[in-house]
Amino acid sequence: MHSIDIISTVLMAGGAFFMLTGALGLLRLPDFYTRLHATGKCDTLGEVLIIVGCMVYQGWSFITIKLFFLMLFIFIANPVATHAIMKAAYVTGVKPWKKGDERM
Amino acid sequence: MSKSEKAFSMVVTFCIMFVFCVLLSAWVSYHDSPGHFNLLHVCEGIIAALIVTVISHELLIPEKGEKVLLKTLRLIPYLGWELWQIALATFDVTYRVLHPKMPIDPRIIEFETTLRSDFALTTLANSITLTPGTITILVEPEKGKFVVHAIAQAPADALLVDQTMQRKVAHVYMEE
Repeated sequence: MHSIDIISTVLMAGGAFFMLTGALGLLRLPDFYTRLHATGKCDTLGEVLIIVGCMVYQGWSFITIKLFFLMLFIFIANPVATHAIMKAAYVTGVKPWKKGDERM
Repeated sequence: MSKSEKAFSMVVTFCIMFVFCVLLSAWVSYHDSPGHFNLLHVCEGIIAALIVTVISHELLIPEKGEKVLLKTLRLIPYLGWELWQIALATFDVTYRVLHPKMPIDPRIIEFETTLRSDFALTTLANSITLTPGTITILVEPEKGKFVVHAIAQAPADALLVDQTMQRKVAHVYMEE
């Protein structure tokens, strides 16, 4: 096993861990807004770590540049999508959960 | 927007789009595969780039900005700081989700900034979403007002009291 394999495996495993945490947060957290916190943030770093793992595994080629641009677009698109879903919920009047309330 | 500015922005947008198309689809990926750098695929790329140019040239280069180069240079260290904040944000959410008692205390806060330009407001809104524990809900560009959902007291105070991020964005776009 080469060192490149080990580095890319560690990066991809870290990415998978954060994606899993995002899914767990989606189940555990109490309401719509806090659930978006889990998915919006964990997914950004999870996806980026997996892509960086692919970049390390691939070595230096045009695939690496394509993956780099993919990463850039995820950084721009992910917060915008999270914000759009959040705004839609706020405008249509979804009640936010406060500390001490019952779980919805 | 005057005619020469419009032509300038269209030409620049077309060049960027076409270079991007060649970079992503038409070039050789491996030494032993031929790639798609032939007449048909280049023509397809030109047509696609033209369509994108006609639809969205006003978005990429909106108008003649002032000191664009200096702002771009100032943006680079800010992006590095932002990457670090993304990592911190993910660790923060991971801690809150995996902790048995889930230490969350969500609230909605409002504050006003002195920023007015579109780029500055968009950067600040995206940065708020990417930093630990806060997501932008609404932005009112006329008053520079932000409505933000915070997952606990500490991230809300970072925006309301410390205002580190507002100062950094104001420094990048020179709107202090």
